[in-house]
Amino acid sequence: MNATELSAREIARLVALRELSAVEVARAYLARREAVDARVRAFLHPAPADEVLRAARAVDEKVARGETPGPLAGVPVAVKDNISVEGRPLTCGSRILEGYRAPYSATAVRRLLAAGALVVGGANMDEFAMGSSTENSAYFPTHNPWDLARVPGGSSGGPAAAVAAQEAALALGSDTGGSVRQPAALCGVVGLKPTYGRVSRYGLVAFASSLDQIGPFARDVTDVALALSVIAGHDPMDATSAQVPVGDYVRAAEAGVRGLRIGVPRELVEADGIDGDVRELVAAALETLAERGAHVEECHLPTAATALEAYYVVAPAEASANLARFDGVRYGFRAAAGDLEAMYARTRGEGFGREVRRRIALGTFALSAGYREAYYLRAQRVRQKLLLDFQRAFARYDLLAAPTSPTVAFPLGERVEDPLSMYVNDICTIPASLAGLPAISVPCGFSGGLPVGLQLIGPAFAEETLFRAAGAYQDATSWHRRRPPLGGLAPAGGRRRG
Amino acid sequence: MTSPAQGWEVVIGLEVHVELATRSKMFCACPATFGDLPNTNVCPVCLGLPGSLPVPNRRAIELALRAALALGCRIPPAARFDRKNYHYPDLPKGYQISQYEEPLGIQGHLDLPGEDGEPRRRVRIRRVHLEEDTGKSVHDPEFGTLVDLNRAGVPLIEIVSEPDLRSADEARAYLEELRDTMLYAGVSDVKMEEGSLRCDANVSLRPAGSQAWGTLVEVKNMNSFRSVKLALEYEAERQARLLSEGLPVRRETRHWDEREGVTRPGRGKEEAEDYRYFPEPDLPPLALPAAWVEEIRTSLPELPAARRRRYQSLGVRPYDARILVAERHLGEFFERAVQAGAEPQAAANWTLVEWQAYVKETGKGLAERPDAPEKLAKLLALLARGAISGPVAKDVFREMLETGGDPEAIVAASGRQQIADEKELLAVAREVLSANEKAVADYRKGKRNALAFLVGQVMRTTRGRANPEAAARLLERLIEEG
Repeated sequence: MNATELSAREIARLVALRELSAVEVARAYLARREAVDARVRAFLHPAPADEVLRAARAVDEKVARGETPGPLAGVPVAVKDNISVEGRPLTCGSRILEGYRAPYSATAVRRLLAAGALVVGGANMDEFAMGSSTENSAYFPTHNPWDLARVPGGSSGGPAAAVAAQEAALALGSDTGGSVRQPAALCGVVGLKPTYGRVSRYGLVAFASSLDQIGPFARDVTDVALALSVIAGHDPMDATSAQVPVGDYVRAAEAGVRGLRIGVPRELVEADGIDGDVRELVAAALETLAERGAHVEECHLPTAATALEAYYVVAPAEASANLARFDGVRYGFRAAAGDLEAMYARTRGEGFGREVRRRIALGTFALSAGYREAYYLRAQRVRQKLLLDFQRAFARYDLLAAPTSPTVAFPLGERVEDPLSMYVNDICTIPASLAGLPAISVPCGFSGGLPVGLQLIGPAFAEETLFRAAGAYQDATSWHRRRPPLGGLAPAGGRRRG
Repeated sequence: MTSPAQGWEVVIGLEVHVELATRSKMFCACPATFGDLPNTNVCPVCLGLPGSLPVPNRRAIELALRAALALGCRIPPAARFDRKNYHYPDLPKGYQISQYEEPLGIQGHLDLPGEDGEPRRRVRIRRVHLEEDTGKSVHDPEFGTLVDLNRAGVPLIEIVSEPDLRSADEARAYLEELRDTMLYAGVSDVKMEEGSLRCDANVSLRPAGSQAWGTLVEVKNMNSFRSVKLALEYEAERQARLLSEGLPVRRETRHWDEREGVTRPGRGKEEAEDYRYFPEPDLPPLALPAAWVEEIRTSLPELPAARRRRYQSLGVRPYDARILVAERHLGEFFERAVQAGAEPQAAANWTLVEWQAYVKETGKGLAERPDAPEKLAKLLALLARGAISGPVAKDVFREMLETGGDPEAIVAASGRQQIADEKELLAVAREVLSANEKAVADYRKGKRNALAFLVGQVMRTTRGRANPEAAARLLERLIEEG
């Protein structure tokens, strides 16, 4: 048995039972990273092996002392490079933060560590989470484990690829307009964007504060449910984190879909640019859910058509303020210049990549005197209208279903010169983001050997309902058990004792 | 003296920043203390480090509401925080969290006290909003610009008046009344020298009698009440001179130069600033439930205006009432003396003259002399029933403060009870009359103040113990008897 083949909950169970040591798990995953990451390039800052092993040893010692090691004992986790891990580099895939190390850990990370998880590295991403392919990383692109010539999606391409390539059992990403769900779909793993406020944002470097959520990746629904149950819950350090009780997500993932009403918004399924195969695979997935006892019917979400435009005003507007702190004054990259104005201009001009500069410019414009009404305020009204659309839909349905991404993974380099074609990638994921709703992507088949994702969207804080449907679908299918053709599995790092 | 200001009406509105008296900062748990070593009271939140988030300080919101309520503001059911975007080295996030469209207090007012105790002008308050302070840039000749972020994130309120002030004097009076009101309301320690009260002014001129608005000039960098008055007087004169010569006033920001006593134009950039306000997405709307607001309203203590009215209703002269309210420690002394039974105006006189002089000379106050007001009340009772004279009372007052003794005991021990008995005064009076024949002659010629002189001599000889009225009566009789 190789630990990289185990689910997170199996690892934690075996480690707690001392049938497997956390050190063995760590060794297996480090060996796997060694074997494949030169091709996948999921990690920007792979954690040094001795650090991972030290953390693993601490977990084993805890078990040896008879203490409860936590629900994620010995589970290797990749963390997107915009989520703070104390003492580790934190660059957000940007030059402007080159050399910066996080002086404190994000709340989600602290909860993972307290649950016994092992952080195995900072994973690659589009710079400041702006992008859908991870090609906007200032350092290097990540490759899709299913086809190394293709993108893993983005912006959380590194975490998604790390999980797909079995370099980590779990990963944390962040989702602003689809940045967990879309790479999950393109890499053939499960990815969840929780309800806005479900998971603390403390320690997540902000892109668009009213949209950002940390979300988990795993190879199956139950592991995502387990990860969420660890990281979810109110945090006094985040004023937008909700005081809503955390559900029993793992149990929900096994509770079945029978009786759930699922609406399929025509506007998301029929949207321009949705690939025929994707549409068919999603339709087939919905049939499977119907066979398992769900009631599936078509519905409407009229404002969804304008959601993309509204998103590309709201998110850059917030980003323009959020990224203002990267000015070369206190930390990170600083360009040499004669005076303050020139220092600002050169630091930000050289420190930020093209897409980030583009979005800062867009957002600054949208908030400027004379344009604020036409752009920012109008986009906020679209957001309100969309919220009402969803409210109306959820009066009739427990869940909504749609494709996650309009297409499968596209070739590296294909869209980098055409930002609009890149933005259109988010068309199916943005509505739930703007409305702050939970949404999950689960593997629902392959097109040309590349994974396709089914997206389920729930009402606020209805993650349990999402897990019921996603779990039931996974139970009925085996897409999530397929592994990318990377070959070269590391030598067995874990073996069952006794 | 003719001034170019003649014929022009000065129109002034003030924007006052008041630092709230919280222990910790607005959005993190760092201490909000003044004067610590640079960059020691900082954390990821107030440093604006990546990933950090603001969490509002409930106490700061409460104090801001106290301020707004003390100024008679209307409190909306909810307020909102906004981001004010600009780059500056002492602004760690590149934006300041403030309130723009939905401040927590609107439409208040502050009455300026007049000489006669009646308000001389009602100044409307446009808004009171809550925001975080920035850090401090220190320009050092050796090291260049250094930034201290201890102050970054300290809670402030901004109080914006309508342009209702009509002179530099009024502006100063407004600031003083505002300071006292904030102090009484427990909102701030309002120390201008420590920067816990800061003031910017909008100044324009218009022809006297006109209702039109002139061109607005913003005056900044006024660091004391005095410099506010001087700067605004200077600015009004400057604008009047321009207008009188038919020259335009430029809409600009000017900085008060304390040393030269002039205002100078700023860098010109400030006019072009577009702060791109938008709602702070890291903070949910700030609910201000009516029950909470009412609770705060009823917890407000008596404010200066009400206290002045009460003192006057006790019979204290308006001028004295103003001083007793403005100098809070004197007011407290006065209140306690009155509570202990002292007659209010007498208590006011003694507080403002004898106690204040004692405090000034010795540096001691109520803390060191905790029972002084009650003793004063006893002393005044002795005085009122004629047991001692005024001059003796002053000595006894000093002695009781120094020794902590009881006034009655001091008087008894010193043998300085007042002498009102004519028999006891007779010898002294005769002596005085024979030693001052000229005064006696003057008095006979009708000079009434000659008698006062003679009474004074009796007082001196008795070391203040004589009852002045009794002495006067006796002297008159003796002179007449010839």
